[in-house]
Amino acid sequence: MNANTSVNSSDTLTVSSGRPSEPQRPPRKRYVFLMSAPALLGLFMFLVLPFLMALGMSFTDQRLLSPNATEWVGLRNYDRLLNISWLVQEPVSDAAGNLKQTADGELVYPRLRSVLRNDPEYKDFKEYTHWSFDNKRVVLLAKDPSFIQSIINTLLFVILVVPIQCGTALGLALLINQKLRGIFLFRTVFFSPVVTSIVVVSIVWSFLYHKDLGLFNHYLSAMSFGLIGPVDWLGDPDWAMPSIVLMSAWQAAGVQMLIFLAGLQGISGDLYEAAELDGAGPWGKFVNVTLPGLKNTTIFVVISTTIQAFGLFTQVDVMTRGGPQGSTSTVMYHAVTKGFREQDIAYGSAISVIFFLAILAIALLQKRFFDKREDA
Amino acid sequence: MKHLRKLGAYLFLLLIGYVFLFPLLFMIMSSFKPEQVIFADLYSIRAILPVGDLTLDNYRQVFEKSDVLLYFRNSILITSATVILGLFVNSLLAFTLSRMRWSGRKYILAAVVALMIIPIEAIVVPLLLLVSKLPTIGWEQGGFVLMGSWLNSLEVQILPFVANSFFIFLFYQFFRDIPKDFDEAAELDGATPFQIYRHIIVPMSGPVFATVAILHFLLMWNQYIWPIMAVQGEDARPVMPGIQIFFGRQTSWGEIMAYASFVTLPVLAVFLAFQKKFVSSLAGAGIKG
Repeated sequence: MNANTSVNSSDTLTVSSGRPSEPQRPPRKRYVFLMSAPALLGLFMFLVLPFLMALGMSFTDQRLLSPNATEWVGLRNYDRLLNISWLVQEPVSDAAGNLKQTADGELVYPRLRSVLRNDPEYKDFKEYTHWSFDNKRVVLLAKDPSFIQSIINTLLFVILVVPIQCGTALGLALLINQKLRGIFLFRTVFFSPVVTSIVVVSIVWSFLYHKDLGLFNHYLSAMSFGLIGPVDWLGDPDWAMPSIVLMSAWQAAGVQMLIFLAGLQGISGDLYEAAELDGAGPWGKFVNVTLPGLKNTTIFVVISTTIQAFGLFTQVDVMTRGGPQGSTSTVMYHAVTKGFREQDIAYGSAISVIFFLAILAIALLQKRFFDKREDA
Repeated sequence: MKHLRKLGAYLFLLLIGYVFLFPLLFMIMSSFKPEQVIFADLYSIRAILPVGDLTLDNYRQVFEKSDVLLYFRNSILITSATVILGLFVNSLLAFTLSRMRWSGRKYILAAVVALMIIPIEAIVVPLLLLVSKLPTIGWEQGGFVLMGSWLNSLEVQILPFVANSFFIFLFYQFFRDIPKDFDEAAELDGATPFQIYRHIIVPMSGPVFATVAILHFLLMWNQYIWPIMAVQGEDARPVMPGIQIFFGRQTSWGEIMAYASFVTLPVLAVFLAFQKKFVSSLAGAGIKG
């Protein structure tokens, strides 16, 4: 209050010397404060503060509702999430030194569970996956195998959906950039999935993906003359994630299409004429004029699509609930399962922090990658 | 030759258009058809045509089995409150950032830009804890009292989403490019900053207000991850968690399509009414962001 009054008097001083009508005016500072405070308060309360809380709570054992006091646990949550180990198992042999085999001729290994339980070094680990080399078996261990799987699933989704979605978007943008009568109608059509909620889209596509009734299996069977049998798109661990990728790219490509379209329309027509004079065909013009002209647009589209893809949650929650066999569980899905459904806020917060750092790192990496390409 | 190429282009466009329009049309048409007809029509063009015995039975069933009207009302309230408050609050901050000089302005602007990268997903878990500790102010026996938490309320779905760094940035860019002469003249006439905002900047900024309103509307109507966490009860439930729960009970596909069509109606209506504005605002937002 004091500061305000002093500003007030100095303001009045300068003002009264030049402009006689203004002394009653409240100081500018108060306007700045009043006009900026609501938004700044909102951003702080609901974005900065939760983010800082996540950072802090990730080192505790905070739960949503708990009778016990919260305690610092250091890096325990991160250790549980990210600690990976492995061990090599020799096959079991009998007294004579012959390798034991099951009835179908498979080698027998010591029971992993008892091995892990008895070795203090492996106490909290569980099996993530295993491979066999020669006679040996290599077991990959993690303290939270479903989180490791969620990371891999999320990366798979990102690697598949970003090129498909951006490629589709560029293709659509080129299509509607043609000078044809009524082309804006198609622009509306291509864009219409974007305004439809992803929840609704996921439900409708669940029907299209249905194993017995769905359209995909119908067309697949019709086009292959019955050779390809029905695929259980969302029920097969190998197909569930690709199915979600296809639907997600279809739903969201309209946004990137518009951004590419604006980029295309920003490329000067002179460049195309020059290329034509140099004897470039349609392909040559595309490679030498269109693509370089879209560079900044592409950077923006790829980075924003990647960030969005990392947050995959809704489609999974509606269509597969992380299944089958955890094949569609994602980082965000794991965070919500742990932090909300199992009420382990601290663990969910640690996942949120890792999620944010991953996004930040990838955004910076992609930016650098594109910047380097420009220098080259 | 030229005509042939044109014809080819149109055919290709129609094919791709079919791929993009099919699920939406199929959803709407199926919502008016009895279960057997949906399956009978599924593999032909009839799937996306309003043919056969059309009925409103699916809708009647949905209204009977689910409190969809309540959810719909909740979504309308949440969306409109957030959008209106957001237009006001975000544009005010953008105004001080773009058209007033004050110490710390540059840092606040940099912070707003930096905050754009934090996705909502990264903060929902701690935000849940935060709002569970925030008390609401209620009216009881003739006086204000603090009670309960924010969970299961409408405000928990509104207040966290009013201030938005991306929208602030869109406003900032637009305001920044308006010539300064206007405010300077007004200032000489003794106008306060708020008067300048109200009478000069806002009237000149129709396009950016429309853009932000549309984007915010879309964002809020389709909210899903936050309400499924913060709103367990039915009283404050919005439409998207509502349809997901209905879908989880696996009733008939016709009813599910009716539900889906009903909750998509508002966005579709706004989209078709403001089609050109919608498209240009999203494209513009993308380019500048």
